Amino acid sequence: MSSVTALRGEAAQQARSLYRQLLRQSTQFAAYNFRDYAHRRTRDSFRENAGETDLRRVQEMLQRGLKELQLLKRQAVISQFYKSDALVVEASQNAGKHIGEKGDVIRQ
Amino acid sequence: MAHFASSSIRQASRLVPKKSLLSTSARRIPAISRGQAAASSLPPQSQTPSSPSSLRYLSVSARSSHASVQTDIDLDGKNVMDKMEKAAQLAANTAAGNAATQGGSDVAEALKQAHIDPGEGRPIYLDMQATTPLDPRALDAMLPFYTGIYGNPHSRTHAYGWESEKAVETARTHIAKLIGADPKEIIFTSGATESNNMSIKGVARFFSRSGKKKHIITTQTEHKCVLDSCRHLQDEGYDVTYLPVQQSGRINMEDLEAAIRPETCLVSIMAVNNEIGVIQPIEQIGKLCRENKVFFHTDAAQAVGKIPLDVNAMNIDLMSISSHKIYGPKGIGACYVRRRPRVRLDPIISGGGQERGLRSGTLAPALVVGFGEACRIAAEEMPYDTNHVKALSNRLLSGLLALEHTTQNGDPDHFYPGCVNVSFAYVEGESLLMALKDIALSSGSACTSASLEPSYVLRALGSSDESAHSSIRFGIGRFTTDAEVDYVLKAVRERVSFLRELSPLWELVQEGVDLNTIEWSQH
Repeated sequence: MSSVTALRGEAAQQARSLYRQLLRQSTQFAAYNFRDYAHRRTRDSFRENAGETDLRRVQEMLQRGLKELQLLKRQAVISQFYKSDALVVEASQNAGKHIGEKGDVIRQ
Repeated sequence: MAHFASSSIRQASRLVPKKSLLSTSARRIPAISRGQAAASSLPPQSQTPSSPSSLRYLSVSARSSHASVQTDIDLDGKNVMDKMEKAAQLAANTAAGNAATQGGSDVAEALKQAHIDPGEGRPIYLDMQATTPLDPRALDAMLPFYTGIYGNPHSRTHAYGWESEKAVETARTHIAKLIGADPKEIIFTSGATESNNMSIKGVARFFSRSGKKKHIITTQTEHKCVLDSCRHLQDEGYDVTYLPVQQSGRINMEDLEAAIRPETCLVSIMAVNNEIGVIQPIEQIGKLCRENKVFFHTDAAQAVGKIPLDVNAMNIDLMSISSHKIYGPKGIGACYVRRRPRVRLDPIISGGGQERGLRSGTLAPALVVGFGEACRIAAEEMPYDTNHVKALSNRLLSGLLALEHTTQNGDPDHFYPGCVNVSFAYVEGESLLMALKDIALSSGSACTSASLEPSYVLRALGSSDESAHSSIRFGIGRFTTDAEVDYVLKAVRERVSFLRELSPLWELVQEGVDLNTIEWSQH
């Protein structure tokens, strides 16, 4: 019993870490719409499955999340190579500032 | 400033003889400002043909409003009103003579000033019916095929071919799964236009060999490529029935039943309309066609991946699918061709016999894989996307319909929420599009956006010319955000009222005059 609880705690820890990484990575998209979608989709799918208790399902989803994270990393880099001007709605939202520009984004 | 004002008057003068509703009316009503009246009385030789042709069709009110709306955006915080007043004065005083002596370059200059500074940012994309952005996940699947994996999927003799072929077949499975078909029934083409051509011409030509079945049924609201294929077949001696649609945009099933004859070989009706988003009763049509042993083709470019479709449940025999409408790459599409009962086609492209001999030519593995991935994502994300699109659509639609004298085009109960088509009465659609430079919109399909003719789809619904001219289509998709919809609502609200303020027709309406009772004098 205790081993199951321990496993569960570990999975929860993994999930939280993955969630944080995904959210952080999603802000790296240069394109506004993709950035917003990545953030929204990550948040919504984690919320949707927050109550999942089946350990095997959790593991499956974690594996999928890790793949998505890799994909996000690749695509974020590509989007930064070929980025275009900010959208009008971004400009009005942040008074001309870029959301992703927190100093750690390399812009080509 | 003088140039600015006088050239806009000159444009007005040029516009008057054109067949624009607003401009003609402006000429006849004595209540309009002196500037406009003076402009319209200019002799015809002052009309210089040197201006960009796209401007010539705009009405008087639209023209001047465009300039001032843009200034409004430009001079945020500066003394806009002051400038506007000056412009109006100048316009009234110096109107005719000055205008006639201006050179063509001044017009261009004024126009340049009138546009938004591109530094303000890219426009919001709200034209998802024209095309959609490529999903990064689809791009991620495609990239290996643009870098390392370059084998010809039809090469059977080496590993390079095998790996490409395997990827193509996986993609085919994803596409088949999305529409409930068998992978063998999916034929890759270059897009929905080719699929439509292949289906309509292919079936018609194959069945005319026996000489009996030479009748095709389609509707008036179809996409141009279906209508044009039918027109082409008419020239070849086929008989085509163009079914009218109801005011809602849906077809009447009794009309269809009555139109089917013993010699009918094909019924082609689109699933979701590209301009008004109306969903046709595909299941009933499929059933009717099956009962009458007529092949049923549906152009589902706007429907696949957005609404649930099942070719077997809906008795669809041929279906056109496009990749770039479902966040896949451009340049690829597919045609579903039923195998049991078998649909026989006369191929348009002959050659090496790829794709069951129906569409020869080497496949593009990268595009196919991107398309397949887009379909897989669409199938997986359909509930989530539907919720998102519906929420945004409700927000946009309720906001737009809250404006006075706006109507939604199409059936409010049977439409895909991602396509919102709204008419703004007393505002010309083209001028509103110009005023909304910071939003990428269209008044109809992209194919016809170059011409200023009113949309034939809206005309088929029985809309008046004015109503068709004042319609705008808003396309919402997976990547549209709440902030964008709010921005659009605000911008539309502001600029519609601005354009209306400038319209003499709007003035009359506000005074309570019924425009239909006015007898416009001859010209």
